[in-house]
Amino acid sequence: MWKYSAVLLAALIGTNSAIAADTAPTDVKINEGEISSSLTGKAGDPASGREWYAGRKLGNCLACHQTTDLKELPFHGEVGPPMDGVADRYEVAELRAILVNSKEVLGDETIMPGFYTFKAGVRVADKFQNKTILQAQQVEDIIAYLKTLKE
Amino acid sequence: MAKSRNSIASILAAAGIVAAGVYGTASAGPDDNQLIVEGQSMVTEAAAPEGVEVEKIYSGWRFRSSETQSLQMDDFENPAMPLVDIGTDIWGTEDGAAGKSCQSCHNDASDSMKGIRAGYPKWSDKRGKPHTLETQINECRTDRMEAKAWKWESSEMLSMTALVGFQSRGMPVNVTTDGPMTKWHDMGKDLYFTRVGQLNMSCANCHEDNYGNMIRADHLSQGQINGFPTYRLKWGGVGSSHRRFKGCMENIRAVAYKRGSDEFIALELYLASRGQGLSVETPAVRN
Ligand code: HEC
Ligand code: HEC
Repeated sequence: MWKYSAVLLAALIGTNSAIAADTAPTDVKINEGEISSSLTGKAGDPASGREWYAGRKLGNCLACHQTTDLKELPFHGEVGPPMDGVADRYEVAELRAILVNSKEVLGDETIMPGFYTFKAGVRVADKFQNKTILQAQQVEDIIAYLKTLKE
Repeated sequence: MAKSRNSIASILAAAGIVAAGVYGTASAGPDDNQLIVEGQSMVTEAAAPEGVEVEKIYSGWRFRSSETQSLQMDDFENPAMPLVDIGTDIWGTEDGAAGKSCQSCHNDASDSMKGIRAGYPKWSDKRGKPHTLETQINECRTDRMEAKAWKWESSEMLSMTALVGFQSRGMPVNVTTDGPMTKWHDMGKDLYFTRVGQLNMSCANCHEDNYGNMIRADHLSQGQINGFPTYRLKWGGVGSSHRRFKGCMENIRAVAYKRGSDEFIALELYLASRGQGLSVETPAVRN
């Protein structure tokens, strides 16, 4: 019992401090299509990023972007451009801006969701109100993963 | 900004070349298969109605796998057909305080209901708004039969809309959008292009801009409603177009409108108008 609550406490403190260090979605500014500093102050982890990228309840990037690096997984979408070689096409600061709010960088018309913004459609379901699709660190992790996708 | 727009355009052009090698998915676009049901040829592609920004309109059948397609080509295999039979039984069964059945007023459904589905939703002076098939059926039940209204998605209602819709199978969708319907058409159009939910998408993002493309395991169609009520393999049963609208809205993490709401009636009318000229396929089969 004692052990259990210590672990729980540690977990809670861990979560809180991580969130406290994150730049809040409303404070993130996109400057000429770029966001230069990490949303968490930390570097991203490409291995975790690969997971968030493919996860259906997370980035679900694979739903729209074909990605040769993930060819072991079925069902790559065709709605957006393939991500092969994306590391050669974009700087980290550009990728961060695209992920945070695609609409501001790729244009208002894009179907791609903004992953770290509260700018959503009307009638957002209760459980997603005032929530971003991804956490700040998950965005950083996905960017780190994208930077491994060299041609 | 201008710089990144340009690079995206050129990359998208390059993407067109690569797209052929999608892992585990079909290639883009509707297929060329012909829908012939029990010897009757269906119109599954037609000229885009005025104001609809697609090259042509296509039935959702053209985007389904050949296994799913074949289920709809043979009435013995079509898993929705038992509902038509149940609907036929209900048609002739008296219900309510007035002691009447549908048949008491309308005689044989195969005569009196011919072409009806193709023209719905339809203006109702009495309601001061459009009738869907469901609301018209319920008006007959409450006002003329003095029976209880059926719930929108009840098996009785689905059986009856399947039976009535079946009498229009093969006839072109032909709804009226002028006069008092204009306002409803325009409201539906607004809803079709409004971005909803946390994922911030409109119906048009998927069904106008991306039909033919794979989104994960799903081959996007134009979201036509000419086959409803439809048997959906994923539902393991038959459902109304409003059930489908609700599902799509919930997938984009939005609060859906209610079945039978003014919003969904308007959306149904607008979608019907986007499908003018396609054959009614009721009851269709989708996955
Ligand atoms: C619903 C579809 C959809 C989803 C989900 C999606 N994207 Fe996109 N993405 C697009 C489209 C479409 C474009 C192309 C821009 C346009 O025309 O709108 C794009 C463009 C991009 C670009 C610029 C690509 C280039 O080569 O120019 C990057 C980078 C990107 N997406 C990354 C991601 C990542 C990472 C995720 C997940 C966290 C993701 N996308 C999720 C549809 C999507
Ligand atoms: C994120 C993508 C997406 C959005 C946004 C979306 N849908 Fe869909 N819809 C689908 C998918 C996937 C299917 C199943 C495959 C298909 O027929 O396209 C589908 C199917 C349908 C169908 C059934 C088509 C048939 O042939 O039986 C209708 C009708 C429909 N959608 C209407 C709508 C309406 C109305 C909206 C807006 C409220 C909407 N959809 C928004 C993805 C979407």
